[in-house]
Amino acid sequence: MIVAERKPMAEIVEMVQDCKKILVLACRGCVTVCSAGGEREAEILSSLIRLGMKKAGKSIEITTGSLVRQCDREYIDEIDQWDGQYDAVVSTACGVGVNFISNLRKDTMVYPALNTTFFGGSAEQGEWTEQCAGCGDCVLHLTGGLCPVARCAKSLMNGPCGGSVDGKCEIHRDVECIWQSIHDRLASFDRSAQMEVIAPIRDWSTAGHGGPRKVVRDDLTV
Amino acid sequence: MSFDPVITLFSCHYTSQQSCAAEGKELEQLGFPSSINLVRVPCTGKLQITTLLKAFEDGADGVYVVGCPEDGCHNVKGSIRAAKRVAAVRAALEELGVEGERVQMYHLPRGLHPEFVAKGKEMDARIRDLGPSPFSN
Repeated sequence: MIVAERKPMAEIVEMVQDCKKILVLACRGCVTVCSAGGEREAEILSSLIRLGMKKAGKSIEITTGSLVRQCDREYIDEIDQWDGQYDAVVSTACGVGVNFISNLRKDTMVYPALNTTFFGGSAEQGEWTEQCAGCGDCVLHLTGGLCPVARCAKSLMNGPCGGSVDGKCEIHRDVECIWQSIHDRLASFDRSAQMEVIAPIRDWSTAGHGGPRKVVRDDLTV
Repeated sequence: MSFDPVITLFSCHYTSQQSCAAEGKELEQLGFPSSINLVRVPCTGKLQITTLLKAFEDGADGVYVVGCPEDGCHNVKGSIRAAKRVAAVRAALEELGVEGERVQMYHLPRGLHPEFVAKGKEMDARIRDLGPSPFSN
Protein backbone atom coordinates (compact mmCIF):
# COMPACT_ATOMS: atom_id res chain seq x y z
CA MET A 1 0.00 0.00 0.00
CA ILE A 2 0.95 3.65 -0.18
CA VAL A 3 2.10 4.71 3.28
CA ALA A 4 1.75 8.26 4.53
CA GLU A 5 1.79 10.23 7.74
CA ARG A 6 0.13 13.41 8.89
CA LYS A 7 1.96 16.65 8.26
CA PRO A 8 2.90 18.75 11.31
CA MET A 9 -0.17 20.59 12.58
CA ALA A 10 1.51 23.98 12.39
CA GLU A 11 1.98 23.44 8.65
CA ILE A 12 -1.65 22.41 8.14
CA VAL A 13 -3.07 25.25 10.24
CA GLU A 14 -0.95 27.70 8.27
CA MET A 15 -2.42 26.38 4.99
CA VAL A 16 -5.98 27.12 6.06
CA GLN A 17 -5.36 30.41 7.87
CA ASP A 18 -7.47 32.43 5.44
CA CYS A 19 -10.28 29.90 5.09
CA LYS A 20 -13.68 30.34 6.69
CA LYS A 21 -14.88 26.85 5.88
CA ILE A 22 -13.08 23.76 4.68
CA LEU A 23 -13.83 20.22 3.65
CA VAL A 24 -11.55 17.70 5.35
CA LEU A 25 -11.73 14.83 2.94
CA ALA A 26 -10.68 11.35 3.98
CA CYS A 27 -9.65 8.61 1.58
CA ARG A 28 -10.85 5.11 2.40
CA GLY A 29 -8.02 3.49 0.43
CA CYS A 30 -4.39 2.85 1.37
CA VAL A 31 -4.15 5.70 3.87
CA THR A 32 -6.98 4.19 5.88
CA VAL A 33 -5.07 0.94 6.14
CA CYS A 34 -1.94 2.72 7.33
CA SER A 35 -4.04 4.83 9.76
CA ALA A 36 -2.97 8.14 8.28
CA GLY A 37 -5.92 9.41 6.30
CA GLY A 38 -9.09 7.40 6.90
CA GLU A 39 -12.33 8.62 8.40
CA ARG A 40 -11.11 8.40 11.99
CA GLU A 41 -7.95 10.36 11.20
CA ALA A 42 -10.00 12.95 9.33
CA GLU A 43 -12.15 13.45 12.43
CA ILE A 44 -9.02 13.87 14.55
CA LEU A 45 -7.55 16.29 12.03
CA SER A 46 -10.75 18.32 11.93
CA SER A 47 -10.70 18.65 15.69
CA LEU A 48 -7.03 19.67 15.69
CA ILE A 49 -7.59 22.27 12.96
CA ARG A 50 -10.50 23.77 14.92
CA LEU A 51 -8.29 23.91 18.03
CA GLY A 52 -5.38 25.39 16.09
CA MET A 53 -7.59 28.08 14.61
CA LYS A 54 -9.13 28.82 18.01
CA LYS A 55 -5.66 29.28 19.42
CA ALA A 56 -5.00 31.79 16.63
CA GLY A 57 -8.19 33.59 17.61
CA LYS A 58 -10.01 32.50 14.48
CA SER A 59 -12.97 30.27 13.83
CA ILE A 60 -13.43 27.83 11.01
CA GLU A 61 -16.32 25.71 9.87
CA ILE A 62 -15.29 22.20 9.00
CA THR A 63 -17.20 19.57 7.06
CA THR A 64 -15.68 16.14 7.28
CA GLY A 65 -16.32 13.64 4.51
CA SER A 66 -14.74 10.70 2.78
CA LEU A 67 -14.42 9.11 -0.63
CA VAL A 68 -13.92 5.45 -1.42
CA ARG A 69 -10.69 6.50 -3.13
CA GLN A 70 -9.29 9.78 -4.32
CA CYS A 71 -7.40 8.25 -7.23
CA ASP A 72 -10.31 7.50 -9.55
CA ARG A 73 -12.27 9.98 -11.61
CA GLU A 74 -15.68 8.54 -10.72
CA TYR A 75 -15.07 8.85 -7.00
CA ILE A 76 -13.78 12.41 -7.31
CA ASP A 77 -17.16 13.32 -8.82
CA GLU A 78 -18.72 12.63 -5.42
CA ILE A 79 -17.10 15.81 -4.10
CA ASP A 80 -19.97 17.65 -5.76
CA GLN A 81 -22.23 16.72 -2.83
CA TRP A 82 -20.34 19.27 -0.71
CA ASP A 83 -20.49 22.08 -3.27
CA GLY A 84 -20.71 25.49 -1.61
CA GLN A 85 -19.70 24.15 1.79
CA TYR A 86 -15.99 24.93 1.62
CA ASP A 87 -13.37 27.43 0.53
CA ALA A 88 -10.76 24.69 0.23
CA VAL A 89 -10.37 20.94 0.51
CA VAL A 90 -7.87 19.49 2.97
CA SER A 91 -7.22 16.03 1.63
CA THR A 92 -6.01 13.22 3.85
CA ALA A 93 -5.27 11.10 0.80
CA CYS A 94 -1.79 10.41 -0.48
CA GLY A 95 -0.33 12.85 -2.97
CA VAL A 96 -2.15 11.05 -5.77
CA GLY A 97 -5.49 12.10 -4.33
CA VAL A 98 -4.45 15.73 -3.98
CA ASN A 99 -3.25 15.72 -7.60
CA PHE A 100 -6.41 14.03 -8.86
CA ILE A 101 -8.70 16.57 -7.23
CA SER A 102 -6.51 19.39 -8.53
CA ASN A 103 -6.60 17.87 -12.02
CA LEU A 104 -10.36 17.45 -12.06
CA ARG A 105 -11.63 20.44 -10.07
CA LYS A 106 -10.11 23.55 -11.64
CA ASP A 107 -11.83 25.90 -9.19
CA THR A 108 -11.05 23.99 -6.02
CA MET A 109 -8.02 24.72 -3.87
CA VAL A 110 -6.70 21.47 -2.41
CA TYR A 111 -4.25 21.22 0.46
CA PRO A 112 -2.37 18.06 1.47
CA ALA A 113 -2.76 16.95 5.07
CA LEU A 114 -0.29 14.11 4.67
CA ASN A 115 3.28 13.53 3.69
CA THR A 116 3.26 10.56 1.33
CA THR A 117 6.23 8.45 2.21
CA PHE A 118 6.61 5.07 0.53
CA PHE A 119 5.16 1.81 -0.78
CA GLY A 120 5.19 -0.48 2.18
CA GLY A 121 3.52 -3.02 4.37
CA SER A 122 2.61 -3.38 8.00
CA ALA A 123 5.54 -5.15 9.64
CA GLU A 124 3.58 -5.33 12.87
CA GLN A 125 0.69 -3.46 14.40
CA GLY A 126 1.38 0.25 14.18
CA GLU A 127 4.59 -0.13 12.18
CA TRP A 128 5.04 0.14 8.42
CA THR A 129 8.18 -0.52 6.43
CA GLU A 130 9.22 0.32 2.89
CA GLN A 131 9.25 -2.65 0.54
CA CYS A 132 9.04 -1.28 -3.01
CA ALA A 133 10.33 1.81 -4.77
CA GLY A 134 8.06 1.60 -7.79
CA CYS A 135 11.11 1.74 -10.04
CA GLY A 136 9.30 0.20 -13.00
CA ASP A 137 11.85 -2.54 -13.74
CA CYS A 138 11.37 -5.28 -11.18
CA VAL A 139 14.34 -7.54 -10.36
CA LEU A 140 12.69 -9.50 -7.57
CA HIS A 141 12.90 -12.74 -9.59
CA LEU A 142 16.69 -12.42 -9.35
CA THR A 143 16.91 -11.42 -5.69
CA GLY A 144 14.82 -13.94 -3.84
CA GLY A 145 11.80 -11.65 -3.78
CA LEU A 146 13.62 -9.03 -1.68
CA CYS A 147 14.10 -5.62 -3.26
CA PRO A 148 17.59 -4.07 -3.35
CA VAL A 149 16.27 -0.89 -4.95
CA ALA A 150 13.92 -0.05 -2.07
CA ARG A 151 15.60 -1.84 0.81
CA CYS A 152 19.32 -1.28 0.23
CA ALA A 153 20.25 2.20 1.48
CA LYS A 154 22.38 2.65 -1.62
CA SER A 155 20.12 0.74 -4.03
CA LEU A 156 23.09 -1.41 -4.96
CA MET A 157 22.50 -4.03 -7.61
CA ASN A 158 25.52 -6.32 -7.15
CA GLY A 159 25.68 -7.40 -3.56
CA PRO A 160 26.44 -5.63 -0.29
CA CYS A 161 28.74 -2.69 0.18
CA GLY A 162 31.60 -2.69 2.66
CA GLY A 163 29.40 -1.35 5.43
CA SER A 164 27.42 -4.52 6.02
CA VAL A 165 28.22 -5.98 9.45
CA ASP A 166 26.53 -9.01 11.01
CA GLY A 167 23.68 -8.73 8.55
CA LYS A 168 23.00 -5.11 9.45
CA CYS A 169 23.28 -1.96 7.37
CA GLU A 170 25.85 0.69 8.21
CA ILE A 171 23.22 3.43 8.24
CA HIS A 172 21.62 1.95 11.38
CA ARG A 173 21.92 -1.22 13.41
CA ASP A 174 18.14 -1.67 13.26
CA VAL A 175 18.19 -1.89 9.46
CA GLU A 176 18.82 -5.27 7.92
CA CYS A 177 21.36 -5.49 5.12
CA ILE A 178 18.98 -6.59 2.42
CA TRP A 179 21.85 -8.04 0.40
CA GLN A 180 22.73 -10.33 3.32
CA SER A 181 19.07 -11.36 3.43
CA ILE A 182 19.01 -11.87 -0.34
CA HIS A 183 22.09 -14.07 -0.07
CA ASP A 184 20.66 -16.10 2.80
CA ARG A 185 17.36 -16.55 1.05
CA LEU A 186 18.87 -17.56 -2.27
CA ALA A 187 21.13 -20.01 -0.40
CA SER A 188 18.10 -21.56 1.28
CA PHE A 189 16.79 -22.37 -2.23
CA ASP A 190 20.24 -23.54 -3.30
CA ARG A 191 20.46 -20.62 -5.69
CA SER A 192 23.30 -18.62 -4.18
CA ALA A 193 25.11 -18.88 -7.57
CA GLN A 194 22.68 -16.19 -8.69
CA MET A 195 24.77 -13.77 -6.60
CA GLU A 196 27.66 -14.29 -9.04
CA VAL A 197 25.69 -12.94 -11.99
CA ILE A 198 26.68 -9.34 -12.66
CA ALA A 199 23.67 -7.07 -12.96
CA PRO A 200 23.85 -4.81 -16.01
CA ILE A 201 23.97 -1.04 -15.70
CA ARG A 202 20.47 -0.09 -14.85
CA ASP A 203 18.19 2.08 -16.96
CA TRP A 204 16.50 4.36 -14.45
CA SER A 205 14.19 5.96 -17.01
CA THR A 206 11.44 3.62 -15.86
CA ALA A 207 11.85 4.93 -12.32
CA GLY A 208 10.69 8.42 -13.16
CA HIS A 209 14.04 9.73 -14.29
CA GLY A 210 12.52 9.91 -17.75
CA GLY A 211 9.67 12.11 -16.59
CA PRO A 212 6.21 11.30 -15.20
CA ARG A 213 5.26 7.74 -15.97
CA LYS A 214 2.13 6.43 -17.60
CA VAL A 215 0.60 3.02 -18.08
CA VAL A 216 -1.89 2.50 -20.88
CA ARG A 217 -3.81 -0.71 -21.33
CA ASP A 218 -5.37 -0.68 -24.77
CA ASP A 219 -7.57 -3.61 -23.85
CA LEU A 220 -9.18 -1.49 -21.11
CA THR A 221 -9.60 1.81 -22.92
CA VAL A 222 -12.83 2.52 -24.75
CA MET B 1 -2.70 34.05 37.45
CA SER B 2 -5.74 32.95 39.43
CA PHE B 3 -8.68 31.49 37.60
CA ASP B 4 -11.25 28.75 38.00
CA PRO B 5 -10.18 25.96 35.70
CA VAL B 6 -12.44 23.56 33.92
CA ILE B 7 -10.99 20.06 33.93
CA THR B 8 -12.46 16.96 32.35
CA LEU B 9 -11.65 13.59 33.84
CA PHE B 10 -12.40 10.38 31.99
CA SER B 11 -12.18 7.60 34.51
CA CYS B 12 -12.47 3.86 34.36
CA HIS B 13 -15.69 2.59 35.92
CA TYR B 14 -13.73 0.47 38.38
CA THR B 15 -11.20 3.14 39.37
CA SER B 16 -13.73 5.84 40.14
CA GLN B 17 -15.88 4.02 42.63
CA GLN B 18 -15.45 6.87 45.10
CA SER B 19 -17.82 8.83 42.94
CA CYS B 20 -20.57 6.40 43.91
CA ALA B 21 -19.76 6.07 47.62
CA ALA B 22 -21.94 7.83 50.20
CA GLU B 23 -24.48 8.68 47.53
CA GLY B 24 -21.87 10.48 45.56
CA LYS B 25 -20.81 12.74 48.43
CA GLU B 26 -17.60 10.98 49.42
CA LEU B 27 -15.42 12.62 46.77
CA GLU B 28 -16.60 16.04 47.85
CA GLN B 29 -15.96 15.20 51.50
CA LEU B 30 -12.44 14.02 50.65
CA GLY B 31 -11.64 17.36 49.02
CA PHE B 32 -11.84 16.31 45.39
CA PRO B 33 -11.54 19.56 43.40
CA SER B 34 -14.84 20.98 42.22
CA SER B 35 -13.11 22.08 39.01
CA ILE B 36 -13.12 18.49 37.78
CA ASN B 37 -15.98 17.11 35.75
CA LEU B 38 -15.92 13.35 36.06
CA VAL B 39 -17.02 11.21 33.12
CA ARG B 40 -17.10 7.53 33.92
CA VAL B 41 -16.42 5.13 31.08
CA PRO B 42 -16.73 1.32 31.06
CA CYS B 43 -13.04 1.08 30.17
CA THR B 44 -10.52 3.81 29.34
CA GLY B 45 -9.51 1.68 26.36
CA LYS B 46 -12.78 2.78 24.80
CA LEU B 47 -11.68 6.41 24.72
CA GLN B 48 -10.80 7.73 21.30
CA ILE B 49 -8.40 10.57 20.52
CA THR B 50 -11.38 12.53 19.22
CA THR B 51 -13.12 12.20 22.61
CA LEU B 52 -10.16 13.77 24.37
CA LEU B 53 -9.81 16.53 21.77
CA LYS B 54 -13.52 17.30 21.93
CA ALA B 55 -13.18 17.96 25.66
CA PHE B 56 -10.67 20.69 24.79
CA GLU B 57 -12.96 21.96 22.04
CA ASP B 58 -15.79 22.10 24.57
CA GLY B 59 -13.75 24.39 26.80
CA ALA B 60 -11.67 22.22 29.11
CA ASP B 61 -8.44 23.80 30.34
CA GLY B 62 -7.10 20.36 31.13
CA VAL B 63 -8.09 16.77 30.43
CA TYR B 64 -6.97 13.65 32.19
CA VAL B 65 -7.65 9.95 32.18
CA VAL B 66 -7.57 7.59 35.12
CA GLY B 67 -7.38 3.92 34.27
CA CYS B 68 -6.36 0.66 35.85
CA PRO B 69 -2.74 -0.23 36.58
CA GLU B 70 -1.02 -1.33 33.39
CA ASP B 71 -0.82 -4.91 34.61
CA GLY B 72 -4.26 -4.96 36.20
CA CYS B 73 -6.76 -3.75 33.63
CA HIS B 74 -10.05 -5.61 33.75
CA ASN B 75 -9.98 -5.61 29.96
CA VAL B 76 -6.30 -6.58 29.85
CA LYS B 77 -4.92 -3.74 27.71
CA GLY B 78 -7.55 -1.02 28.03
CA SER B 79 -5.56 1.40 30.15
CA ILE B 80 -2.43 0.80 28.07
CA ARG B 81 -4.38 1.78 24.95
CA ALA B 82 -5.70 4.84 26.75
CA ALA B 83 -2.17 5.90 27.72
CA LYS B 84 -1.08 5.64 24.09
CA ARG B 85 -3.96 7.86 22.99
CA VAL B 86 -3.27 10.37 25.74
CA ALA B 87 0.35 10.47 24.50
CA ALA B 88 -0.88 11.07 20.95
CA VAL B 89 -3.06 13.97 22.11
CA ARG B 90 -0.17 15.39 24.11
CA ALA B 91 2.06 15.28 21.02
CA ALA B 92 -0.64 16.97 18.95
CA LEU B 93 -1.10 19.73 21.54
CA GLU B 94 2.62 20.37 21.49
CA GLU B 95 2.52 20.56 17.69
CA LEU B 96 -0.05 23.32 18.13
CA GLY B 97 2.25 25.12 20.56
CA VAL B 98 0.18 24.20 23.62
CA GLU B 99 1.54 22.75 26.85
CA GLY B 100 1.39 18.96 26.65
CA GLU B 101 0.91 18.77 30.41
CA ARG B 102 -2.67 19.85 29.90
CA VAL B 103 -3.46 16.22 29.20
CA GLN B 104 -2.40 13.45 31.54
CA MET B 105 -2.79 9.73 32.09
CA TYR B 106 -2.79 8.11 35.53
CA HIS B 107 -2.82 4.43 36.28
CA LEU B 108 -4.41 3.94 39.69
CA PRO B 109 -5.59 0.96 41.72
CA ARG B 110 -9.17 -0.03 41.30
CA GLY B 111 -11.64 0.66 44.09
CA LEU B 112 -11.57 3.14 46.95
CA HIS B 113 -8.08 4.62 47.24
CA PRO B 114 -6.82 8.05 48.34
CA GLU B 115 -4.65 8.35 45.19
CA PHE B 116 -7.75 9.10 43.15
CA VAL B 117 -8.32 12.30 45.12
CA ALA B 118 -4.60 13.11 45.31
CA LYS B 119 -4.23 12.96 41.52
CA GLY B 120 -7.30 15.15 41.13
CA LYS B 121 -5.70 17.76 43.37
CA GLU B 122 -2.44 17.41 41.44
CA MET B 123 -4.20 17.99 38.14
CA ASP B 124 -6.15 20.94 39.53
CA ALA B 125 -2.91 22.55 40.77
CA ARG B 126 -1.15 21.90 37.47
CA ILE B 127 -3.87 23.52 35.39
CA ARG B 128 -4.11 26.48 37.77
CA ASP B 129 -0.36 26.97 37.27
CA LEU B 130 -0.65 26.73 33.48
CA GLY B 131 -3.55 29.15 33.31
CA PRO B 132 -6.51 29.19 30.94
CA SER B 133 -6.50 27.04 27.84
CA PRO B 134 -5.00 28.75 24.80
CA PHE B 135 -8.04 27.38 22.95
CA SER B 136 -10.43 29.53 24.96
CA ASN B 137 -9.89 32.63 22.80
